[in-house]
Amino acid sequence: MNQPDNSVVDRSGAEAGADVTADAVADADAVADAASDPLARELLQSIVDTARAIFGAAASSIFLLDEAAGELVFQAVSGQGEDFLVGRRFPAGRGIAGWVAGSGEPMVVDDLNREQGFARDLAESTQYVPNALMAAPLLDASGVLGVLEVLDPSPQARSDLAELDLLALFARQSAGALRLVTRRQAQGRPGAAGVRAGVRAVEGLDEAGRAAGLVLIDAVRDLLLAGNGHS
Amino acid sequence: MTTDSIEHASAPAEAPPHPAPLPHPPHPARLRSSADPARLTWSLRGRTPGEIALSADGADVTPEWAWGGSTGRGIRVCVVDSGVERDHPDVGTVDGSWVVVGDEDGFRVVPTDTGDMCGHGTACASIVRRLAPDCELHSVRVLGERFSGTGDVLLAGLRWAVQQRFDVVNLSLSTTRAKFAQALHELADEAYFGGTALVASAHNTPVESFPWRFSSVFSVGSHQETDQDLHLYNPEPPVEFFAAGQNVSVAWLGGKTIRTTGNSFATPFVTGTCARILAKHPGLTLFQLKSVLYLTAANVQVDTRGAA
Repeated sequence: MNQPDNSVVDRSGAEAGADVTADAVADADAVADAASDPLARELLQSIVDTARAIFGAAASSIFLLDEAAGELVFQAVSGQGEDFLVGRRFPAGRGIAGWVAGSGEPMVVDDLNREQGFARDLAESTQYVPNALMAAPLLDASGVLGVLEVLDPSPQARSDLAELDLLALFARQSAGALRLVTRRQAQGRPGAAGVRAGVRAVEGLDEAGRAAGLVLIDAVRDLLLAGNGHS
Repeated sequence: MTTDSIEHASAPAEAPPHPAPLPHPPHPARLRSSADPARLTWSLRGRTPGEIALSADGADVTPEWAWGGSTGRGIRVCVVDSGVERDHPDVGTVDGSWVVVGDEDGFRVVPTDTGDMCGHGTACASIVRRLAPDCELHSVRVLGERFSGTGDVLLAGLRWAVQQRFDVVNLSLSTTRAKFAQALHELADEAYFGGTALVASAHNTPVESFPWRFSSVFSVGSHQETDQDLHLYNPEPPVEFFAAGQNVSVAWLGGKTIRTTGNSFATPFVTGTCARILAKHPGLTLFQLKSVLYLTAANVQVDTRGAA
């Protein structure tokens, strides 16, 4: 047997990784902010509600990846845990969701109840230990945004590749929608900050100046709304 | 490695006679004829072996000839994944456990005793072990503890495995980040010409990720045939081979077993099959190995009328 050489140092990967990390941090910031955006929250909730209905499941969850922290964050839950899990974090390298986030591959596992493996401590912390679990990555060209999980789907969905394909397709569609929402949010953020700064500046003006300033802000707002397709 | 049969011209005279000479690889034109980009397929879902029947010329390379009686002895297999649990009864001996660690100096691969952080690597190792019980099994952990799915850790672990010249590397993961594509492509070609079969999971839906997408890789998806021992060849790749990945019983953490579904479990099936073939036919180049997998696919019918 050849003894593997454990002294290999791979710097090229580290250098490539530096760019990726910068991208990932920006992505993670945008995605993590999804929780604070009403439209993103509504989108995420509709995804888990729909996934739960499609697969006749007991629950469904979306975890978004906070890559800088190395954690997965519950961002939307349908069913068990809906009222207390959102915002909870766990290490992104652990459990089935962690593997799916790391590998980019969907998977189904069954017979979990009779086994002691499977990040049981994590499952128990959610006060629900499923017997079966389907998970697919929220994937786009920039990488993995998070993971869509379905807990205890109907029995026929647990061992059928077509059902896993369906979950993967739905997760991909969801990732695309989420990306659009977060981009829109990111694009809107500087504008919103500018408006807030403008309002503060206007508040410091005299009566005539304030009136003129507010007219200007209203005009800019109308212009932006028209540009976004609003009437 | 065993030398119970070999088709190389340089085989020793006392070697047992080969049951059938290795046929020429299928003519490239035959494979290209249907390779209209608009018809490329990622999945064989809903298509029976009869519906995707292919033909080839030459001697009949049967599964019995290809790997019958082989246990994978002498073949070094590396599972690049979440680690492998030691002493799992369905995995047996793990000959080497390694992990990619990163610091300001870059990435290094060092020995580890941390086992498996998730269960997936153990599951893949158990499938390899079931098919090739006597192979030498190693693990490189590129996932676990913290998120490491950006591609850099994967690249470092895979590069190390190729440099160690393992005979077969099982990779049930990929990256969608295009900036890693070039480095992974070069590494896949290096593996191919260096004699390391890189067997990698594809996606059953049209997702572009790497390195499975490269032709120097043995790309694998899941079929849903009831016979879990057969594999298929996709007449319209990018995904070339399909193996059992539905409702598969695998090892899991804590010495247990579970049932699973996914492409990532079809991949070690092909890895184990490659180990068996290479153990029985140690002189094969990797393009010959691919040809053997092609000719033994359940949907490929070999026309032996022209064989000598």
